[in-house]
Amino acid sequence: MKGTQTSSQSRVGAWTAMIVGSLYFLIPLIATFEFSLRMRRGTYSFDAYQVVLSDPRFQASFGYSILMALLTIVVGVLLVVPTAYWVQLRLPKLRGIVEFITLLPLVVPAIVIVFGYLRIYNSSSILPLTSNERATDLLLVFGYVTLSLPYMYRAVDAGLRAVDIRSLTEAAECLGANWPTILFKVIFPNIRSGILSGAFLTFAVVIGEFTLASLLDRPAFGPYLQLIGANRAYEPSALAIIAFAVTWASMGLIQVFGSARTLAAQKP
Amino acid sequence: MSASSEAGPGGQADRLVPSVLQPAPKVDGPGRASPIWTWIGVMPFFIFALLFLILPTGFLMVGAFQDAQGHFTFANMRELLQENTLDAYWISFKVSAASALGGALFGSLLAWAAVHGKLPGWIRPTLLTFSGVASNFAGVPLAFAFICTLGRVGLVTVLLKKYADINLYSTGFSILSFSGLTLTYLYFQIPLMVLIITPALDGLKREWREACDCLGGTAYQYWRYVALPVLWPSVLGATLLLFANSFGAVATAYALTGSSLNIVTILLYAQIRGDVLHNQNLGYALALGMILVTGLSNGGYIWLRSRAERGRR
Repeated sequence: MKGTQTSSQSRVGAWTAMIVGSLYFLIPLIATFEFSLRMRRGTYSFDAYQVVLSDPRFQASFGYSILMALLTIVVGVLLVVPTAYWVQLRLPKLRGIVEFITLLPLVVPAIVIVFGYLRIYNSSSILPLTSNERATDLLLVFGYVTLSLPYMYRAVDAGLRAVDIRSLTEAAECLGANWPTILFKVIFPNIRSGILSGAFLTFAVVIGEFTLASLLDRPAFGPYLQLIGANRAYEPSALAIIAFAVTWASMGLIQVFGSARTLAAQKP
Repeated sequence: MSASSEAGPGGQADRLVPSVLQPAPKVDGPGRASPIWTWIGVMPFFIFALLFLILPTGFLMVGAFQDAQGHFTFANMRELLQENTLDAYWISFKVSAASALGGALFGSLLAWAAVHGKLPGWIRPTLLTFSGVASNFAGVPLAFAFICTLGRVGLVTVLLKKYADINLYSTGFSILSFSGLTLTYLYFQIPLMVLIITPALDGLKREWREACDCLGGTAYQYWRYVALPVLWPSVLGATLLLFANSFGAVATAYALTGSSLNIVTILLYAQIRGDVLHNQNLGYALALGMILVTGLSNGGYIWLRSRAERGRR
């Protein structure tokens, strides 16, 4: 960047950076896609996708991970929205500590968190959450809620700051609404786009998550990916493309809802 | 895409990089509910955090200083200093540092090009959206993608051999090695840097450059006395965040190298799976070491971020 004396030089530098960057980011995607088409010898075909999509283990693990992601979103929203709302309305002095806690999952690596779970919730403890499969599913959901806390809290908190929750609450109280009504009929609809972006980000994080699912020994999509990767040649690349598409879709939906919010805000 | 061009960038980065340091708006509660009820409202959150975040982590931290019978000991700490574990920390450190520095450098360049490079308007929102996707595209699928690209029969390896007559693997390169892992980590580190640093670059006003030019300043002087003093806390802080980000990563490395590369997360993973378990409390010590490293670098990030925000006011 030293040679940016004139604007044309700086533009050349900027284009170079963009082109080199695009190459680095696009080549692996192209290579993966190309590889996924090579299953049938001598010609390109979608055989690998067919094999993957018709694999009952793919369907089972993908379905399982979608279910876990949805449960994570529901539990996460029910936990985060009332807390963030309440902190902003009544306990602003707790904001610092609550934000600090929601940031902790970025500090403590997932593998450490799950290690702690395995030690605390083993079958001989007071709360034996790893003793049967349903309980372990529950522990996995709670673990995912923990991992997604930074994203969910941040998205919801930003949504809450954009609306005047105090006036909304007082207006609802004057009209005789009770707390559940205020939360579900007044607050939730007003911060819908914040909740949705938190939800899609959570979905993207949970759907291919490997560490927690693998160490809690649950049949999720992440461990399935790893298993196929260790044993097959062409299927992994097809799966990587599918996973990329899912991530892309989640992020795209955030943009869609984000821009819907901006458009709505621009209206007089 | 175009509709989101204004909303997308900042919002995206904000969502991905939580800030503890935004000024808290003063909202005084009406105070009609009794104090006990006020506190009950946040109880579910604190109980959840205690059960699924603080107690599990605290249990390991205490366990790191105990022997199998629960007596206090420093033996696990001493075992951490053994060659094998030190080696693992050192490789983890090298991979994380290399991918953090590389990610910070290339991420800043890309973000700079998009913000101040006078490129067409569609580039910036496209870059930020793609960064949002790529920074979340980690783990097992990312490992597959790089095996398809730079593995022994990967597209780039094959094309290089065929057209440029370069045998990548005879140069000592391997996707399963330190350099391969670093190159793979960059795929999510660079986009993360772009997302974090773009708001900071936005704060660098065009007028400053013009003022510097008018006063006869050179490009070097602009960077030395204007841009870098404003930017360095953000850049350094973001680099620390990137470091912590790759230090704790498991899935990418595991899917890429199996257990052949001796990094801390894979060592801990193997310990937990019971592959090499001789001493459970040593596992706790490994975990404690990781928390210390990621905690320190994240702490540095938060501190530098607060400096950067004070500087902007």
